[in-house]
Amino acid sequence: MSLWVDQFRPKTLDDLHYHESLSARLKSLAASGDFPHMLFYGPSGAGKKTRISCTLRQLFGTGVEKLKIDQRVFLSPSKRKLEVNIVQSNFHIEITPSEAGNFDRVVIQELLKEIAQTQQVDLNAKQRFKVVIINEADSLSRDAQAALRRTMEKYMSNMRIILCANSTSRLIAPIKSRCLLMRVAAPTSDEMHQVLAHIAKKKKFDLPPEIAQEIIDDSGGNLRKAILVFEALKMQSPDFSGSLTIAKPDWETYCHKVADLIIQEQSPARVMEVRAKFYELLSHCIPPTVILKTVAERVVDRVDEALKPDIMHWAAIYEVRMRQGNKKIYHLEAWVVKVMSIYKHFFYDIDMGAFD
Amino acid sequence: MASFFNIQHSKPAPKHSVDPALQPWVEKYRPKTIDDVSAQEHTIAVLQKTLTSTNLPHMLFYGPPGTGKTSTILALSRQLFGPDNFRNRVLELNASDERGISIVREKIKNFARQTPRAQAVASDGKTYPCPPYKIIILDEADSMTQDAQGALRRIMETYARITRFCLVCNYVTRIIEPLASRCSKFRFTPLDSASTSARLSQIATAEHIPLDPSVISTLISISSGDLRRSITYLQSASRLSASTSPPTPITALDIQEIAGVVPDAIIADFARALGVESTTEYMDVDDGQRGVKGFERVKKKVKGLMREGYSASQILSQLHDHLIPHPTVTARQKSECALAFAEADKALCDGADEELWILEVGLRVHKAVSS
Repeated sequence: MSLWVDQFRPKTLDDLHYHESLSARLKSLAASGDFPHMLFYGPSGAGKKTRISCTLRQLFGTGVEKLKIDQRVFLSPSKRKLEVNIVQSNFHIEITPSEAGNFDRVVIQELLKEIAQTQQVDLNAKQRFKVVIINEADSLSRDAQAALRRTMEKYMSNMRIILCANSTSRLIAPIKSRCLLMRVAAPTSDEMHQVLAHIAKKKKFDLPPEIAQEIIDDSGGNLRKAILVFEALKMQSPDFSGSLTIAKPDWETYCHKVADLIIQEQSPARVMEVRAKFYELLSHCIPPTVILKTVAERVVDRVDEALKPDIMHWAAIYEVRMRQGNKKIYHLEAWVVKVMSIYKHFFYDIDMGAFD
Repeated sequence: MASFFNIQHSKPAPKHSVDPALQPWVEKYRPKTIDDVSAQEHTIAVLQKTLTSTNLPHMLFYGPPGTGKTSTILALSRQLFGPDNFRNRVLELNASDERGISIVREKIKNFARQTPRAQAVASDGKTYPCPPYKIIILDEADSMTQDAQGALRRIMETYARITRFCLVCNYVTRIIEPLASRCSKFRFTPLDSASTSARLSQIATAEHIPLDPSVISTLISISSGDLRRSITYLQSASRLSASTSPPTPITALDIQEIAGVVPDAIIADFARALGVESTTEYMDVDDGQRGVKGFERVKKKVKGLMREGYSASQILSQLHDHLIPHPTVTARQKSECALAFAEADKALCDGADEELWILEVGLRVHKAVSS
């Protein structure tokens, strides 16, 4: 039995619940035969991937659902072997170049040229071109993006590229200007209500509206998260009776604990304690940016209004440094110390002007 | 070197040729001769002279994207050599080709040292100047490594008799000085609105799409001198409008949506949350947050913006455009805001978290304006 998220994932463009105008647009583009390169962007859990797979189905028919997973080996310029997983059907190929780390340019160049220079062999195929889906396009290196530029123009006859990204800020302008931009916004709470009600109907039970509201508030616009939580609740108590609490992920409660520690006491000993907790989180593969954001948000909730902008300011500063630097823990810790000092000075009313 | 041109010429089988209807307009309407190139009168005048004298220096084309650098050199070499000789006289390398030092040493050097082949008889009956040298086009040369550029230095001089180089790049500062000094430089300026609009209406007439003047002005303002961008947007918009039934005319709003521009009303609303009163009256949306002041309000607005999926850099630049000409904000406040924008832009370039930085900018603007 598959998860609800997969089970109720819309298969065709008509099944999609929200952003009707976007779906209609995709449908007409797929039908017109004049299909451009595309860039889907939006927050996670808004339905980018679902829309892409629906569009593919509209383009090529059910054949795209026959997937196979390949592992390809590429050679980096220094003859190191890079292994990249590739999901493909007869009509499309899906890659996540960020798997190759710094050598994503090699993967892009090799793979795209190979696909671009071969024609569609299947005579029954609906379209003459193949589609290449590039996931996490915003984490492509500058080099790899530059490599895409001319390829996108030159091989337009054999290949279309669909990029999937969280934001367009990190993509270079030449790429953006070559794609049709498709913004997939997060669903509104009414739209999420609809989706949850639809699932409940399919599963033949009633969903009390107040529970639905609670799930939606918790998810913050992430439909995938909402459906997962919904399924978990259903497992907990099949008739939604009794007191239901949406279980927060462990790391989130852990982050909140860290925030509380920071506010309770500001001392070197406490910093050591916090550091141990940070190490614990990092070793469980929680991205440092997420840690910083979650802790910062919690801290901000619990301090005086005057302190809030400062704390967020330093969080932003240290987040950038974290990206540029190598050791994440230094910057997390530096932020904690900074927050503690701001907090303490605020209470003992010491002028901080000289330290800014 | 399967360039766009020899796809058509080298593979005569009809099923291989690109259907012109499906071609991107950027390729379809690429200028065929250098006279067709929009704007850039100065550069074109100089190049016209070289066409008659058939003596070409090494060249370095630089300028912002979409100003016709690649088009110019392609058109020029086509005019010099004609379609038949184009294939063995021109080598085009761009960033999608491997261009490390080894390629410079092998591929470029080998091509450069070949004596140009005898002129093939032009099949279309025209006569071409076909001077006795080859052209190597290094497109997007600013993404070549320093080492690779260094390796080019001597090659350029040694084979200058039979080979001319044309470097095309966006940032002339990324080309090492010894290379730049060997070339005659041509600067390509962003297109003025008159030539952009002339070009766009020309394409629109050729494609039989009705085009409103307001659409053209939106295209011009969004693309800011980048002709390729405005043509791509026009094509996307016409695709969308043609695919609905019945076909609807293109509106300025369509163009904005395609370009990923945040609607002005949303920016004005965000600015209002930051304490910048809007000057033009938009529909006053009272979302029940009037009471919530300061931090919480800004935070909520930022969360909302992020959920809509707008790109942070776009929000920044539009907020900047909204704020800078604002009549009631004082110069001092504006400069403080500008500082915040600049820092955020740098951070976003470094790949920082978007939500944090938009929030940071929001809070700093809020603080600056309310102080």
